[in-house]
Amino acid sequence: MSFADLLHPMFLIPFVNGLLLAILLPLVGAHVRLREEWLASLGLAQAAAAGVMVGAFLDAPIAVVALTAAVVAALAKSFFGPKGNESYALMLLLGWTVALLLAANSAHGDDLSHALTEGQLYFTGGSHLQALVAVGLVQFGLLPWLAPRLLLARFFPDHFAANGRPNPHHEIVFDVLVAVTLALAATAIGVMAAFAVVFLAPWIAFRFARGWFKTIALGIAVSLAAYVVAFALAFRFDQPIGPVIVGVLLLLGGARLFARH
Amino acid sequence: MNGHLLLEVENLVAGYRDPVVGPVSFRLNRGEILGLAGPNGSGKSTVLRAIIGRARIFSGTVRRGHDPIATAVQAQRPVRLAEMPITGREYLRLTGAARRAPPPQLGGLLDLRLDELSGGQFQLLHVWACLESPAGLVLLDEPDNNMDPGARATLIEVLHQSRTAGRGVLVVSHEHDLVESVCSRIVEVAA
Repeated sequence: MSFADLLHPMFLIPFVNGLLLAILLPLVGAHVRLREEWLASLGLAQAAAAGVMVGAFLDAPIAVVALTAAVVAALAKSFFGPKGNESYALMLLLGWTVALLLAANSAHGDDLSHALTEGQLYFTGGSHLQALVAVGLVQFGLLPWLAPRLLLARFFPDHFAANGRPNPHHEIVFDVLVAVTLALAATAIGVMAAFAVVFLAPWIAFRFARGWFKTIALGIAVSLAAYVVAFALAFRFDQPIGPVIVGVLLLLGGARLFARH
Repeated sequence: MNGHLLLEVENLVAGYRDPVVGPVSFRLNRGEILGLAGPNGSGKSTVLRAIIGRARIFSGTVRRGHDPIATAVQAQRPVRLAEMPITGREYLRLTGAARRAPPPQLGGLLDLRLDELSGGQFQLLHVWACLESPAGLVLLDEPDNNMDPGARATLIEVLHQSRTAGRGVLVVSHEHDLVESVCSRIVEVAA
């Protein structure tokens, strides 16, 4: 394939879908990392993967079931689960078990399992694009309200309880936002690539940036750069997009070795 | 309750799985800095946590004043992450602590990342963030943790300056000289 083919809608829409994910994933990822809940990205992505398999097994709309599975997992964590990475580790293991058992026992399970591992960005279309634009508008619209509350709760953990709000709304809003973003990512670039963008881009930005919004901006810049390079490489050399994204981000992560902090 | 009363703790027995402190009684009025003193392990911090609903109340009562009032809580061990790309200025903005200039010891640190501050500098910033917030009730738990003598002297000066007519401050500390130098009254919590 040549780069001229990229302008064809068949490739252009998937490319734009990936670009939107490269912006939205580090945005939630920075806050997830600040909360030391970075395993959330893998747990929720795996819950979405399990949802894909449940959808295939029941012959139900796959994207809807994947989104529902991730949101239910996030809400269950919010209401019942232990705080922090423990609940995401449990979610990850449960999602992995369900996904693989259903894959082994459904007609197209193996193909779907393969797609969730390698990413199926080229097969995402207009509905994915619409969903990503909607999530993007919600994320950026909520950011001025959400970010100060997430930071306040992180650095002054007793603030909301001391002021009569032991379970503030922003926690659930954020958990659901992370779940929806991860579900859309897992069904486009694959489970592990979704995790990599959420985890690695902020991991790099946290090392270099000075100031919270600069951290978010740097995370997005790293993610966008990694995505564009990965897409070009995968497109040119006909490689699966997921592993290439992870590989490029890992290479960029080497920059942390040169940080002054 | 009168209009000056911010907090009334009466015969409070508090703890977690089992009671660890009490009975304790005290009142905190507007314009006061009240000290809650006692040795390590006596349950002073548990009283503070019961006030904010983070510890179990076995008996007794915790009552707030009639007017709803914002509360700021300085944790005994402030959250410190290995990497914190937040600046001191952003940290103060979180609690709305931007009403007046910070003490000189903090002024030069506001543009640094939090992970570039020493333990004592971070502690002083944390206390300042609570004291300078618009909260009417400020709860400080061992505010001089990690501080060298210079930072401690600044803390004492800042606490003196924080005494305003509309607000009450509760200082929990095992350091008697600290509570004696800044508090209008002291309540002893027995071990």
